[in-house]
Amino acid sequence: MKQHRLRRLYGVLFVVFCSALAFALVYFAIKDNVNLFYSPSDLFENPPQGKNAIRAGGLVEIGSLKRAVNSLEVEFIITDLKKSISVYYTGILPDLFKENAGVVATGYFDKNKMSLDAYQILAKHDENYVPKEVKKALEK
Amino acid sequence: MFQVLKNFYHKLGSYPWFYKISGKVIPFVGVLSISLIVISSIWGLFFSPTDAVQGDVYRIIYFHVPAVSVSQVIYYSMSVAAAVFLIWRMKMAGVYIKSLAPIGAAFTFIGLLSGAIWGQPTWGTWWVWDARLTSTLVLFLFYLAIIGMQSTFASRKSADTAVSIITLVGVVNLPIVKKSVDWWNTLHQPASITISGESSISNEMLIPLLLSILGVYLFVFFTGLLSMRAEISTREQNKEWFKKLSSNN
Repeated sequence: MKQHRLRRLYGVLFVVFCSALAFALVYFAIKDNVNLFYSPSDLFENPPQGKNAIRAGGLVEIGSLKRAVNSLEVEFIITDLKKSISVYYTGILPDLFKENAGVVATGYFDKNKMSLDAYQILAKHDENYVPKEVKKALEK
Repeated sequence: MFQVLKNFYHKLGSYPWFYKISGKVIPFVGVLSISLIVISSIWGLFFSPTDAVQGDVYRIIYFHVPAVSVSQVIYYSMSVAAAVFLIWRMKMAGVYIKSLAPIGAAFTFIGLLSGAIWGQPTWGTWWVWDARLTSTLVLFLFYLAIIGMQSTFASRKSADTAVSIITLVGVVNLPIVKKSVDWWNTLHQPASITISGESSISNEMLIPLLLSILGVYLFVFFTGLLSMRAEISTREQNKEWFKKLSSNN
């Protein structure tokens, strides 16, 4: 490669390197806040301080969902298979909300009871796509 | 072999050669890409099986995945062009970036929009500030910056240089988009199609998806060529070769 082109190649690499460094520093500085939610284990290790709302995420524990008889109140347990916390919520749950499926709950955390008073529930779905008929056949 | 590649590279830099060849290729790519998109859409919307968990709403995958995938590939190719422009001063690379940026922006927008429409019934929200969604929005903003910068310079050469640098700055964001679902907790799920290893999407659903991806890639090739020809004819309208060409037609 000719001398002046080689010099410009270094220039290009330098631009990409500086940009990568800048992105890396930003993500390093905010690394805990890039995560969308805390897992139950995170909440046990480091209970959040203050009164701000937090998000907790994990799997809905099998058999833990309880619905109130004459209101929209629900109660369930979020688990990461190591630790678990209870969640209280009043409202309509998303269509994909299911036991043993992923969920992210936003709300106010109670350190003493290790429970979350949620005002938003989001369902998290996984990357598996299987035809309905195939799944039915597998379950038989 | 190397000599052949080198000759091709030199030819690629020539406006008249590109204008002639692209004119011949465009009709074929156009017909092929649009028919692939039509076939894969009909296949995906009506004939592929219903998903066990999400039901029929998952069918938006046949628009969402091709759009976001091509928007990233366009950006990677633009940053290669940016390096070529800065190192070899190849004017065609500047034409390439200017012509492809609006197409990339459009597909990023389609990806964000179809993702929001998909998110509402499945997750329960249109938008969430998780790492995947936010970094894709950053990609969209880089596209807008590249488009916006084109007209802020008096000379074509300084515009192409500045745009090339901003393109290279933004390329760092792409691995973040890709790996965000593995590095952090996100609402968005990890990839279903992987080049190495088995895909976590069943074959009856995967085949129309791959067809739709191929269709959209070819469509970008088609519109990219059209857009580059338009840009070349703007830049070269007073040149001898172009006048000769227009008077012949």
